Formats: sequence, structure tokens, C-alpha cells
Amino acid sequence: MGDKNMNITRDKIITWIEAFSAAIAENKVYLTDLDSAIGDGDHGVNMDRGFQAVLTKLPSVSNQDIGAILKVVGMTLVSTVGGASGPLYGTFFIQMARKTNGKLELTLDDWIATIESGLDGVIRRGKANPGDKTMIDSILPALEALKTAAGNDKSLAEALSASAQAAHQGMEDTIPLVAKRGRASYLGERSAGHQDPGATSSYLLFKTAAEVLP
Amino acid sequence: MKKLINKPDDVVREELEGIQIAHPDMVKVFFDPNYIVRADAPVEGKVGIVSGGGSGHEPLHGGFVGMGMLDAACPGAVFTSPTPDQMLEATKAVDGGAGVLHIVKNYTGDVLNFEMAADLAADEDIEVEAVVTNDDVAVQDSLYTAGRRGVGVTVLLEKIAGAAAEQKRPLKDVAEIARRVNAQGRSMGMALTSCTVPTAGKPTFDLPEDEMEIGIGIHGEPGRSRMKVKSAAEITEMLATPILEDLPFEESDEVLAFVNGMGGTPLIELYIIYNELSKILDKRGIKIVRNLIGPYITSLEMAGCSITLLKMDEELLHLWDAPVNVPALRWGI
Ligand SMILES: Nc1ncnc2c1ncn2[C@@H]1O[C@H](COP(=O)(O)OP(=O)(O)O)[C@@H](O)[C@H]1O
Ligand SMILES: [Mg+2]
Repeated sequence: MGDKNMNITRDKIITWIEAFSAAIAENKVYLTDLDSAIGDGDHGVNMDRGFQAVLTKLPSVSNQDIGAILKVVGMTLVSTVGGASGPLYGTFFIQMARKTNGKLELTLDDWIATIESGLDGVIRRGKANPGDKTMIDSILPALEALKTAAGNDKSLAEALSASAQAAHQGMEDTIPLVAKRGRASYLGERSAGHQDPGATSSYLLFKTAAEVLP
Repeated sequence: MKKLINKPDDVVREELEGIQIAHPDMVKVFFDPNYIVRADAPVEGKVGIVSGGGSGHEPLHGGFVGMGMLDAACPGAVFTSPTPDQMLEATKAVDGGAGVLHIVKNYTGDVLNFEMAADLAADEDIEVEAVVTNDDVAVQDSLYTAGRRGVGVTVLLEKIAGAAAEQKRPLKDVAEIARRVNAQGRSMGMALTSCTVPTAGKPTFDLPEDEMEIGIGIHGEPGRSRMKVKSAAEITEMLATPILEDLPFEESDEVLAFVNGMGGTPLIELYIIYNELSKILDKRGIKIVRNLIGPYITSLEMAGCSITLLKMDEELLHLWDAPVNVPALRWGI
């Protein structure tokens, strides 16, 4: 298994950010429609505004280390997205940057530590628990799948693919949940039966990662 | 969508440009990041007061910037909270050396963005305190929700805290007074029609011609119940009763009664609601000592109203009566 020693390069990180931005743009209306059902109908618009701004900033940092790139992504999101998802996604990338400072390549173990740091940041900022029907309901299972794959000595590609599947499952599992955080919580029981928009955009993070990082 | 706009994406910027040329005596407007500060900011030795939120609620917050009220307002995109960089710049611009108070309506986005801004301000050695308003009785306050939404009390709090700051009271006192206003005030709103976010192009929710939504939020969030439209007397009763029972307001209490228009309701109707409200309070032996009637915290072109009651005491009364000179309120000068 030659690809077991394959690492995530800086260029692949940039490709991932571009692929995620494209996925957000493609799913802008879908994400906004999900948010209309249980929120205020702006999640796709918010995320797209942020990642379009990220795309304009990327060229200026493309020859820096992965930490510097992820930090610029996070800071740009914080200053352009607004709403709940701005500080949450911004924190996710800023905390990912802290684990990747100075690095030009990431191993699977590095990637796990990076996602874990990002997730911890989101939980610290938003104080959501698993099952509250938020973006962490797709990020947490994705992280667990990465850890399991690494424990079973899987390749990077296999691990990333498992994390995308787990995020997808986590996203679908938000449907019956009653929201306990964010705007959707105002609906109480009426929030059940709808997929969480933030968990949906987070799934796209892991889907695009599985597609372009290996 | 029928609106007096040029392009949906330019709505906030062009509104700010309008404010800038309309009120140069009272405010200065900055762009990228967007914020409005009072013309003479920073005022030396005075606590600076910064608020902000999504646009679409005008005159909240930009119309309240000036002498006796806010030092700065940060407008976000329509119905979307502003970002920490706006709040940080505004905080720095109004810091007169006595610290800065952030007034935050309780929505997850607003709270998180203001928290990040406070962290950034702390890095620059500016003392910041935040007060969160959560006066909407339509929403259950429990551990299992994001908590009650901040609505009408925010307007009253900005006026009263602004007056306290103008008297050069220290940050701790201004924050304490602000928290008292929030603790003693309750609100509830209703909608006769939906509203349309310019970039969305279609109404936020569907409301049949002959129905109304009781307990509506200022972003068109669903309320407590939907029913056939009733008389002004019945609607006022439906809004006032949950407010009165929540605090609760009791016989011989003195209150400020605030009847707010949601943006699309004429004053003639707001005075009818005020008339009904005063009868209800009268019956309960509650005395209206001050009032405010008009569109002050709106929801774009939504038709409807909200009622806010604030239990007054001598200090709050004195601060309410203090001079104010901002684009949307003026007295005592
Ligand atoms: N406290 C929180 N922790 C984690 N995620 C949250 C929290 N509050 C909201 N979210 C996520 O944010 C998403 C909504 O984002 P968005 O619509 O952009 O912001 P807003 O709710 O301010 O309009 C939700 O679907 C949810 O996944
Ligand atoms: Mg939303």
C-alpha cells in the first residue's frame, strides 16, 4: 500500500478550500432552503458570501504554510459571514490553523489533530452538545471515523472516505432531532423532521476533503 | 418583490450613505467595515456604548447614535448579525478611556460575534462589558433553547444606558442599569403580514390574507400561534396578558408603555393599540408614567406591532427624561 505514506500537501489544502467554496456556491439555494424551514433562510447566502471572499484572498497566501492559509480562511470568514455560522466556521479554521502552523504537509495523524482542534473550538464558542442539531453533529462522527480508520491502519484515502460517509450519516441523523442551539431552537419540537443546514454544509467539508485531499 | 431600492446587494451601503449625508451633525459613517459613530466620538471620560445587529430594523440601531444614546452602531447585512471586525473598530472609535458597553440582542449570531469582538478588544486593552437583552415572552426561556430573543426593551435600554453614560457614570454602573432595564422589561409582538429580505426576493413566511401570527420575532421567526385576524382590543389583550403575567407586573406598578410598529403599520393603528393597552393597564391598577409610540424596532415592511412594558423606578424615569439628540429621538435639548 504505497499510498499509506501519502501526505496532505499544501497545494491539496488549497484545492480543498476551492472545492469546498465551489460546493457551497453550488448548494447555496439548497442550504438556504434548509435554513428557511427551521431558521431564517440565510445559511447558504452567508456561507457563499464568506467563501467567495476567501477565494479572493487565497492567491496572496498560496505559498505560505498550511497554518497561515487556514488562518486567513478563518479570519476572512469571521469578518464576512456574520450570523452564527461566521464565528463558528471562522473559529473552526482558526483552530485548525493552530495545529498546522509552519507545516507544508500533514499526515493522517496531523489531519486528525487538526480537525479535533477545529471541533474543540466550535464547541467552546457555541457550547453545543452532540445531538443539539448543529454542525457538530456531522463534524464529530467524521472525526471519530478518522480515528477509527487510523487505529485500523487504513490509508489516508480510506480514512478520508470513511469520514465523509460518517459526516453524511451524521447530517441525516439531524433530521429527527429537536434543535437546542441557534435560531432553530425557537421552534422547539417543530424543528424535528428537518435536516440541519449547518450540519449539511459541514458534511460538504468532509465530502470535498475525501475527493481532493488523498 | 416591490421595493424602493436599486440593487438588493447595495441596500445596506446605500442606506448608510443616506444616513451620512442626512445627519452629518450627529453621526459619522465608516465603510468596510461598516459602522456609525456619533460625530464627537470618542467623548473623553465617558463610557462608550456600542450596539449592532442585522439591518432591516431601522431606526434601530443607527438611528439611535448621538448625544444621550449610542456612541456607535454596527449594521450587519439585512437580518444577519454584523461581524467582529466592525464591532472592534466601533469599540476603538468610541473608547474615551472609561471602557465600552456592548448592547447585544439575544440571538446566537449576535452573541457569538460580539463575544469575539470583546476578545479582540481585550487584546487591545479596552475594557468591555456586554449586556444581552432577552425580553420576548413569546419564546420559552429554558436550557433547551437559545433563550428569549432581544426585542423592544433594547430601544428603551439604549436610551436609558445612554443617559447614564452621558452623566459620566462608570462602566460598572452603566452596565448594572442596563441589566436592570432588561430584567424589568418584557415584550411580545404580532404580524399581520410577512416581510421580504431584499436578497431573498420572496416573503420570509406565508401568511394568508385573513390570518395573523401572534408572538412573531423581528426577523419573521414563527410565533406562538396563528389565527384569524381579530379586533385591536382582542389583539392587545393577547399581547399584554403574557407580558403582564411573566414579570409579573402588579397593581400600583409604574410603567413605560412602548407600542412599536413593525414597519408597515400606520400610527393611526398604533394609537388604537395604545388606547386599548391603557384600558387594560388601568383595570389592573398599573400606571403608565411614560410612553413611546411609533416604529422604532421594525422588521422591514412587516405590518404588525409589538408591546413592551418596562417597570420604572425613580432612577430609570430620570434617565429616560434626560436629553437625547439622535436621528430617531429628540427631547430635552
Ligand atoms: N451554538 C451553536 N453551535 C454550533 N453550531 C451552531 C450553533 N448555533 C447555530 N449553529 C449552526 O449554525 C447554523 C445556522 O447558520 P446561519 O443560518 O448561517 O446563522 P444564523 O442562525 O445566525 O442565521 C445551524 O444550522 C447550526 O448548524
Ligand atoms: Mg440562518
